[in-house]
Amino acid sequence: MKKLGSALLGIIVLCSLLCIFNFNLNRNTSGAREKEKVLNLFNWGDYIDPSLIKKFERQTGYRVTIQTFDSNESMIEKIRQGGTTYDLTMPSEYMVEKMRKMNLLKPINHRKIRNLNQIDPLFLNQSFDPKNRYSLPYFWGTLGIIYNDKFIKPNSIKHWKDLWSSKYKNAILLIDSVRDVFAISLISQNQSINTTNLNILHQAEEKLVKLTPNIKAIVADEIKMYMEQEEGYLAVDWSGEAAEMISVNPHLHYFVPEEGSNLWIDSFVIPRTAKHFDAIYKFLNFMSEPENAAQNAKYVGYSTPNRGAKKILPQRVVQQRAFYPSDQTMNHLATYRDLGAKIVEEYNDLYLEFKMARQ
Amino acid sequence: MAKFKHFLVAAPYYLWIGLFVILPIGLIFIYSFHDLNGHFTLNNYLNFFKNSTYLLMAFNSLCFAIIITFISLIVAYPIAWIISKFQNSRDFLILLVIMPMWINLLLKTYAFIGIFSRNGTLNNLLANLGLGRHQFLFTDIAFILVAVYDQLPFMILPIYNSVIAINHSLINASYDLGASKTQTFWRIIVPLTLPGIKSGVQAIFIPSLSLFMITRLIGGNRVITLGTAIEEHFLSTMNWGMGSTIGVILIIAMILIMLLTKESK
Repeated sequence: MKKLGSALLGIIVLCSLLCIFNFNLNRNTSGAREKEKVLNLFNWGDYIDPSLIKKFERQTGYRVTIQTFDSNESMIEKIRQGGTTYDLTMPSEYMVEKMRKMNLLKPINHRKIRNLNQIDPLFLNQSFDPKNRYSLPYFWGTLGIIYNDKFIKPNSIKHWKDLWSSKYKNAILLIDSVRDVFAISLISQNQSINTTNLNILHQAEEKLVKLTPNIKAIVADEIKMYMEQEEGYLAVDWSGEAAEMISVNPHLHYFVPEEGSNLWIDSFVIPRTAKHFDAIYKFLNFMSEPENAAQNAKYVGYSTPNRGAKKILPQRVVQQRAFYPSDQTMNHLATYRDLGAKIVEEYNDLYLEFKMARQ
Repeated sequence: MAKFKHFLVAAPYYLWIGLFVILPIGLIFIYSFHDLNGHFTLNNYLNFFKNSTYLLMAFNSLCFAIIITFISLIVAYPIAWIISKFQNSRDFLILLVIMPMWINLLLKTYAFIGIFSRNGTLNNLLANLGLGRHQFLFTDIAFILVAVYDQLPFMILPIYNSVIAINHSLINASYDLGASKTQTFWRIIVPLTLPGIKSGVQAIFIPSLSLFMITRLIGGNRVITLGTAIEEHFLSTMNWGMGSTIGVILIIAMILIMLLTKESK
């Protein structure tokens, strides 16, 4: 009993010490906050080169905190509910549009951005954010097909519609993402990936059901592992994921079917909750410096929209048609639009129906 | 005064139940009557019962849950029985049954990916035996196997507890009165272990209805259960109303199972 008592006392003392310590720590950081010497980033996991953060901190004296999210939806939910102090975050294009419509964003003052002309105009003034009032492109990528040349002869698969071929029975690993799966079906029928026509949508779903005998699994991050280990030899996934797979297994190849695909753009936006505007613009300028953008692109593996950075990057990277497609293919790419809750629900219901279909 | 004292002592438990049991269930119930825009609606329920997708999904989940529960029962019963026969080491054997429960389910599931994959343990073994490589991952059988593996301890433990509680003189009496082994088993042993079987079934059937992680990792989303739909509605479509509706329907199913397997007095 005595032992128990002293153990209890020990725990209480320890707890109070930790409380005091924590209180002091908070006082110090809130002191720093008054001096506006912090920047709170809300980023995707492993989506920025940590040594760039160090460099920024050294150059400017700001302290950068990073918190991460794993989906656009969980990100917007946190910002919508408030109580956060994020200064910058990097949503995908359709989420920029949604956040813009929900008044969750603050406009970006273009006069404070030095290197705006470095951004390839191809990625500016897109329909999800006309004139880029709220967003600044960070990285971009595509949706495409990855195959293993041990099992599939190069050039024997070229188009989305080839996925339906009976050669690939029970072979395809599909990315578990509503819009991307529908994009495959819609493009193969020459329809817009942003269609709101319910008839076309139902047809797209019927066509997807016909794909089920060829589908091995509908998964997400695991595709990387399965393709590297050759559990599967054919997959539909995003370009950055493909870049990572290829660096592990050189038998893998990625391409974007020339008839079209999705172009996604992750952009910097300033959420409503932002406070440290000085730091925000310093950081945006820092990240759009060509050499910094190039270093970041080398680390992350996605394609950079920064023209200056593209010049600095090694030629063999930039000339890869898979990750920097030809202008002709680029012209056929389209970004996703936010279609509004009702249509999105329709997509989701049909997607669930498609997943339920058994061969 | 004494009553007040009792209340004070019990207060933390009331608080616990209120905050972590009643409040969440209440919230699920309330959410299930709201649409995407937060307006009151009955459409979620109508949608569930009118939409063939959800009915088919419920039927699929039911079939899988029945299969998983049944296989668990046939596997668990002999195990529990055999363990109870080891007078000296049965505590240790039960510990071995419990031990896998200490390991995170996600890790165990990933281990199964390693076993089932094309270049995995099982396929290497088959290839060495000259039987060739086969597709195991993303099949119904793999899904059922992993689900049974995961749930098995929850079936073994209650059955084991009811087996060791059996008074052996009842079994001896049955033999003395001329009953055969099968008769003794069905007439004496099974009825006496019925409470264990019932709690095992309760502990497995409902979670099996709403399995979701295994459906994705082992089933490759080729097996869709109500759990998958809930996950999708909460995490990717943000349709919390519909997700909650499926949740409420699962709660009702659970109550029905409880009533069906209730001790008859």
